[in-house]
Amino acid sequence: MDVIVDVEGIVNRFGEQIVHDGVDMQVRSGEVFGIVGGSGSGKSVLLRTILGLRRPDAGTVRLEGQDITQLDAQALRAAKARYGVTFQHGALFSALTVRENIQLPMLEHLRLPPDALEGLAQLKLRLVGLPSEAAHKYPSQLSGGMIKRAALARALALDPKLLFLDEPTSGLDPISAAAFDELIAYLQKELALTVVMITHDLDSIFRTCNRVGVIVDRRMVVDDIDRIIDYPHPWIRSYFHGERARRLLPPAGAAHGA
Amino acid sequence: MEFVDSHREGRQAQLALKGRWVAVNIADIQEQLATVDLQGLAALSIDAGLTEPLDLAGAWALEDYLRGVEAQGIAVDFKGGAPGTLRVVRQALAEDSSVHPGDSVAEPWANPVHIIGVNAVERVHHLASGLSFVGHVAVSTLRAFGSLRRLRPISIVRHVYDTGITALPIVSLIAFLITVIIAYLSATQLRNFGADIFVVDLITVGVLRELGVLLTAIIIAGRSGSAFAAEIGAMRLNEEVDALDATGVDAIETLIVPRVLGLVIAMPLLTVVADLIGLAGGALLCHSLLHMPIQQYINRAESAIAPTTFWVGIWKAPFFAVLIALAGTYRGLQVRGSSRELGRLTTVAVVQAIFLVLLADALFAVLFMEIDV
Repeated sequence: MDVIVDVEGIVNRFGEQIVHDGVDMQVRSGEVFGIVGGSGSGKSVLLRTILGLRRPDAGTVRLEGQDITQLDAQALRAAKARYGVTFQHGALFSALTVRENIQLPMLEHLRLPPDALEGLAQLKLRLVGLPSEAAHKYPSQLSGGMIKRAALARALALDPKLLFLDEPTSGLDPISAAAFDELIAYLQKELALTVVMITHDLDSIFRTCNRVGVIVDRRMVVDDIDRIIDYPHPWIRSYFHGERARRLLPPAGAAHGA
Repeated sequence: MEFVDSHREGRQAQLALKGRWVAVNIADIQEQLATVDLQGLAALSIDAGLTEPLDLAGAWALEDYLRGVEAQGIAVDFKGGAPGTLRVVRQALAEDSSVHPGDSVAEPWANPVHIIGVNAVERVHHLASGLSFVGHVAVSTLRAFGSLRRLRPISIVRHVYDTGITALPIVSLIAFLITVIIAYLSATQLRNFGADIFVVDLITVGVLRELGVLLTAIIIAGRSGSAFAAEIGAMRLNEEVDALDATGVDAIETLIVPRVLGLVIAMPLLTVVADLIGLAGGALLCHSLLHMPIQQYINRAESAIAPTTFWVGIWKAPFFAVLIALAGTYRGLQVRGSSRELGRLTTVAVVQAIFLVLLADALFAVLFMEIDV
């Protein structure tokens, strides 16, 4: 399978503090890759580095074979149009309606006739399971679950093949979170997306992810979901075998990411 | 680039999709679809054997087109099955068939009488809420003087620093520049009458009574009035104000009172500095422009200034400070929901602060004249 996101030897430093010290990570085309790590382990910094929002102190990030750490501003902008991203708190533009939020990337990167602009915005909205009425609402009028869905719709605005999700289910009730996972899995399958998601949610990992990368000791350990849970590292053990996890894992330890 | 290839045999037609049916090509695709002749057609057979799967936008364009085709009573079928993305699009749109692309919430034509009525009622409500805010701040301030903990001296000192000390350079510069303007303007006019010496009267009385405090107030309204509105507005958006309320801490007492008191302390001090710079600048200009000895300037200034002149200016400073602080913080607290609101209310805060300052200054002018100060 093709490697679509190829991260090699990423080093990120904030002054004296080293957040990443040689992070390697490969995401294959068509998989759902989960990034896991304790609070402060640098998941969001890693995501920002992969997205090209932050230049790493060392290492390379290749998106579809293109090293984005070496691109000039214009080429980087073009590279950014090829992936979709949702941020932890939605990051919808508060001054725009949901419809305008979805249309903004299209207006910026595509030349579309007005009816296509309307139709596509409606389509993306319906696709993520929002009612048509939500189109004219402002982000402040939406519930947490709707914000996550609207953010996903905006991330899908340019039909990207690669989708980054930063804690997509955080702050949602378990039922909404499950529905959101289902939605991601459905879209991933139907649209042949590659999904990279940061998450704390164990349910979410077991429901959607094929492989998981765990950030421990400033590096990343990557493996299939059913193998990584048996790694001996204390943090990984307590994460996958803590009180919370025991309820989700089959007793034999033969979990599978269904 | 070609995206469709149509073939017609009598009442049957075949449509082969070609090229990349993706978002960037939508405009061309729609254009080419529109040229396909559907007149008198009974069945349309579509071959979607594309080299690259359609993306959602491409599938939407196809679906949009097919809806139009089917509406004309033409049967559509796919050779080798419909593309997967088209299924996704159909499923997404199926659950709600009442979607009319392009329909926006149309505002009903408003009745002018209705608008006037609504506006009038809103104004009254605004006035009432503004008054209640002023009352709330007044009560909280009085209560704050009851205990040192409530007064939050550290917070006040911070605001004195932010609004006062850091404003010194700009206030000094503006005070100097305004004396340059008065000096030049009055010197050229008064020279015609040989009344050069009255330039000193104009500068000293003008700066001390009005301009020193007024310009300081206007700069502070722009600087700190906006900062108050933006700070508190951002806290509002971030739900920090609600968090304060929820912890049982009075937001007015922690956020508003220290700002008001800080500015009330800073403004008179800034005014003193502005006055000093203004007078010194006046001396410098009279010396260089009118070749007036400094001693003569001082003598003339002493006779021009009444004992009350300086205090008239200084007395107004705390009042202006209260007006600026209240306008800024009140508008900040009104921010709801979006960053645009934040920008709008910050603007309103500054405009209102300057308006209130000028209004108050006009009232003071009348008042001081009536009481003969």
